[in-house]
Parts: sequence; structure tokens; C-alpha cells
Amino acid sequence: MTSMTRSEAGTPPPPWHIALAKRGLRSVAISVLFGVVLAAVRQQNLWITLIYTVTISIICWFCIDLGRLGVARIRQPPVVGAGADGKRDWPGWPWMVVIILLGSTVGFSLGTAVGDWVTGLQSSNLYNQGNLRDALSLLLFALLPAVALTYFFYSRSVIADREASAQAARGQAAESRLKLLESQLEPHMLFNTLANLRALIGLDPPRAEAMLDQLIAYLRATLSASRLARQPLRAEFARLADYLALIQVRMADRVEPRFELPPELSEIDVPPLLLQPLVENAVKHGLEPSVRGGRIRISAAREGDDLLLSVRDTGVGLDAGRAERDTTAGAGFGLAQVRERLATLYGARASLRLESAVDADGGTLAVIRLPVGGPGA
Amino acid sequence: MSGRQRARALIAEDEPLLAAVLDRELSRLWPELEIVGTVRDGSSAVTQALALRPDIVFLDIQMPGQNGIDAAEALCEDYPDDASLPLIVFVTAYDHYAVRAFEHSAIDYVLKPVQAERLAKTCTRLQAALRTRNDGAAAAAGQLESALSQLRGLIETRGAGAAPSAPPAPPAPPAPLRIIQASIGSTIHLVPVDDILFFEAEDKYIRVVTAARDYLIRQSLRQLLAQLDGQRFWQVHRGTIVNVDEIATAIRDDSGKVHLQLRGRAGTVTVSRLYAQRFKPM
Repeated sequence: MTSMTRSEAGTPPPPWHIALAKRGLRSVAISVLFGVVLAAVRQQNLWITLIYTVTISIICWFCIDLGRLGVARIRQPPVVGAGADGKRDWPGWPWMVVIILLGSTVGFSLGTAVGDWVTGLQSSNLYNQGNLRDALSLLLFALLPAVALTYFFYSRSVIADREASAQAARGQAAESRLKLLESQLEPHMLFNTLANLRALIGLDPPRAEAMLDQLIAYLRATLSASRLARQPLRAEFARLADYLALIQVRMADRVEPRFELPPELSEIDVPPLLLQPLVENAVKHGLEPSVRGGRIRISAAREGDDLLLSVRDTGVGLDAGRAERDTTAGAGFGLAQVRERLATLYGARASLRLESAVDADGGTLAVIRLPVGGPGA
Repeated sequence: MSGRQRARALIAEDEPLLAAVLDRELSRLWPELEIVGTVRDGSSAVTQALALRPDIVFLDIQMPGQNGIDAAEALCEDYPDDASLPLIVFVTAYDHYAVRAFEHSAIDYVLKPVQAERLAKTCTRLQAALRTRNDGAAAAAGQLESALSQLRGLIETRGAGAAPSAPPAPPAPPAPLRIIQASIGSTIHLVPVDDILFFEAEDKYIRVVTAARDYLIRQSLRQLLAQLDGQRFWQVHRGTIVNVDEIATAIRDDSGKVHLQLRGRAGTVTVSRLYAQRFKPM
């Protein structure tokens, strides 16, 4: 009879001797139960049967548990800082069969001897030819529960492990989604928008209502986009239109948005919220610092197998914005995030270019190039 | 209403809706206050304030072109000596410490979105300040001096105060600048800072003035100031940094401005009100 518990996922594992003692106690409890059943089935003296089952199973468990830990550590030396990872304490099933067989045999012989010594009786044992049948049946009694219990504890820890890794994966997904959302729903943008909304409520209630609708549409689209891996380009453009409508309430005539999405490109799937940081930068570093404001043009075009997504503003430009950028937090953070996402999804096949616009209007041009077919193509 | 008095105010706010709300709230709380103008950027705030001479200027801190604190500095330096400086109220969306520090002081601030209750307090304070101003020259001078010293504090923390969530300031350069590299045509001149009398901001350039000749470098005065030895190079105006070793005399005029006579050059450098307190007998 053996028991094994592997460190429960989530909670810090107890020190090894506590864990060992816990497994020992559990084995004793199970062996007592087993002894009671055995005494009833074979109609033997309960106390004598209990003495034998307990001594045998404790020694069985001790041998198997130590064998398991010993072999596992020899095969996989403990790693500092790895914690009591379950895998470290599991040598694999082939080894376990050997350990269980050996442990049960040793445990049975030694346990019987101890039982004999305690009770003063002369039991049959494995080497007593006359009672080989009896002895083998007893050994089977010792072996079966040992295998069953080992398997039971093993599956339990495997389930716990799977649960833990599933939970970790869910946690990671939630975290990356939260990061994406956090970078999209900039608190300053929200505060500014709400301040303007509050102003409109007093000044022009119908316009306030329209603005609130736009805010709701924008928030809803952003939230749902953050849950998707990909979405059609038209959805991304629609969301950006809501975003810029909100910016327009704030900046009035200082911002003039324009969208150019050819109909044949509108259903192409792209990673969601990819353009958001570029549009935000164009507003924050291009148009907001400019007294006269300017235009912002968001456009999509196809070049062979590549999709080109551009955000162009006619604001103060990269050079003028640089001093501002240097002292403002989050400068370049949006760009870095876009580059990181592109690299993760497309590797070297996608890129982000940021440059000063060359025509007379000035300002800044950001261009994302990515394969039309998506990450797998 | 005994506490209320007639006064004129200018609003500088780049977001028209927020300007409209401030205007409306002010007319409700202080009907005798006349809003003489509304502008949408810092530079216009300065020119309009100089032209209209309001009693009060509401200055949004985050504005394009020139932010509110820069505008306050420029207003302070360029305001004619014979007129009393307008009372300044900063308006900001960010509850930042640099501005919060000015609660209960001569320079006031209100947070956006403007709350009627908070604005009412500001109005009461402004009315009291305007009355003090009429009490006599001494009271007015004291008020001006306290406003100036607060503005000085605000300018010093400007880097952190103006940006809503500025990152920690970059570490100071290990050693102050010793040589200024200025190009004239294709030649780069290495000018030791010892030779420099003063720096003067000129549009996007800085004029580097030595006894022998002038050079132009393309940099902002603020960036340059951070690289200079603060013991030797003093900012005396928003557009001027002077080499203290080269100052022969400092003469204070009636308006509180100080004029510096330099050793190596004829003519004077003017110290603005904001920096004049650096020159006083020991």
C-alpha cells in the first residue's frame, strides 16, 4: 500500500518531511480500513490482522515512497527555485512497476516478521514452501492495493497539474488581453471625453446624447475586439471612426479625419486594435500640439500579397514632436507594442515604418505592412 | 452682493466645450465678471492678455503651441510695468501635485471638469485678491511677489508638472558642458563655455554670445540649461542664460526689473521679474 501526493497546484508545497508524514498517515488510515475488511472476509481475529496489515503496509509504503523519490531525484536532480514541481518526484511508470514490486515484496517479508515479533505467532512467509499459496495470496493482497493506491494518487496529481497549467494559460491570456485593453483605453482619453460629455450635457443635450452613443459604441467595439484574434478591416475602421468622432468633439475644427478603405479590402481580416496606437500618436503628438490642428487620414491599400495600412497626419511632425515625446510617458510605447505584435504574429513578413511626410502638408506618416493572407499564409 | 465686484477675465482653453462651460459657470457664479475673450492656445493667451489687460486669466495648462505655465511665464515677463499683473488661475484635467501645491495661494487652480462648488471658492478668493490689490501699493506689491514666487516654483517643476504622467527625469549629465560646438557654414567652432557671456533664445535657435562674436546653435534653451553648470550659468529671463562670472553690475529699476552690465561687452542684459530676486546685496 502506497500513497503519493504531488504538490498541490496553486498552494506552496509543504516541506518534504511534512509531506512524507502526511502520506504515511494516509497510508496507515487506508491500511486500517483494509485490515478491517480483510479480517471480516477471512473471518480472522481483527487485532492480529490489523497488526499485520498496518506493519506490512507502512513498510510497503515507506519502501515505495522512498524508492519513488530516490529514483526520481537520481534521474532528475532537483532544480533550485523550481519548487516542488510534481514532475520532479515522479520517475515514470516503468520505474514505478519495479519499485512497487520490490517495495511490496520487501514490505511484505519485513512486515510479516515485525508482525510475528509483535504477536509472537509464526506466520507463513514467502520462503515457507508449505504455505506458498497462502503467502502468495497475502502478497497479492498487499500488492493490489499498492498498485491501486499508487495509481489513484498519481491520477489525482496529474489532474491537479493539468488544472494548474490550464489555469496558468487562462491567466496569461487574460493578462495579455488586459494589457491590450489598457493600452487602447487610455485613461486620459476617457477623462477628457467624459469632461467634454459633461460640458455637452449642460450646453447641448441632443449632442451630448449622440456623443454618449459614440462613446458606448467605441467602448463596446474595443472590448469585443480585444477578445478576438482577428477582425475584418471594416470593423477596425468603424471603431476608429467612433474614436475620432470623440476626439472631434474635444478638438472641434482642429482635427479633420478621413478614411480610405477600398471595398475589396474591407473584409480582409487583421489583428484587432492594431491601428489604434498609431491613430492615438497622430492625435497626441501630431495634432494636439499644433495650434492650427490638421487632417488625419487612415487608409488601406494592397500591394501584391501585402496589405498596407497607413495613418497620416498633417500635424507638427516628427522633429517638433520629438521634444514633446521625450518628456511624455508612453512615448514610443504604442509603437513598440505594435511592432511586438506584428513580430509575434508575422515574424519578418510584417513591419511598421514611421517617417516624416514628404509632401507640402508636412506631418507624420506611419505605415504597417502585413501579409494579406494572415499569419498562417 | 457686497463681495462681488466688476472685473474682466480672459479664458485660455483649447477645448471649446470646456471653455463654454467655464464661461457659463462663471457668469452664473459671478455675473459682474465680464469675459473679455476666449482663446485656444498659449501664445494667443499672452498676446490677448497684453492687449486686453484683464484682471484675471484662466489658463489651461495643456494647450497647443505654448502650454499654460509657459504662457504664465511669458505673461509675467512681458507685462507692462505700469499695469498690475492679472491674477492667474490654472485650469487642468490632471490633479497633479505641482498644481495642487497651489491650493490656498495667490495663484489658484481649478480641475476639469470644472465643479461649480470649487469654482465658487475660486471666485471668492479672486474677489478678495482684487480687493487687496485696491488697498494700496504695498498690499499689491506683496500680492505680486507671492504670485511671482509661486510661479517660480511652478516653472522649476515644469518638466514634471506640465506632462500628465511624465517619466522620472533622466539622470543629470555626469559633468556640465565645457565646450559648445557651433557650426558656421561647414566649419564647426569649439567655443569654451568660459568665453561665453550669455545665451539668448531666438526662435528655434540659441544665440551664443562671446566678447568676440556670436554663434547660433539649434537647441532649446531648456535643454541647454540642463547641461550647464548651474553655479555659473543663471537663467535671468525665459529666453536668456547668463554667465555669472561676466556680470559686472546689476542695477534694479523702479519696476523691479534688473539690468546687468557685462564685463566683456557694451549694453545690458535684462533680468525679468521672475528671476530678479537672484540679484540682491549679501
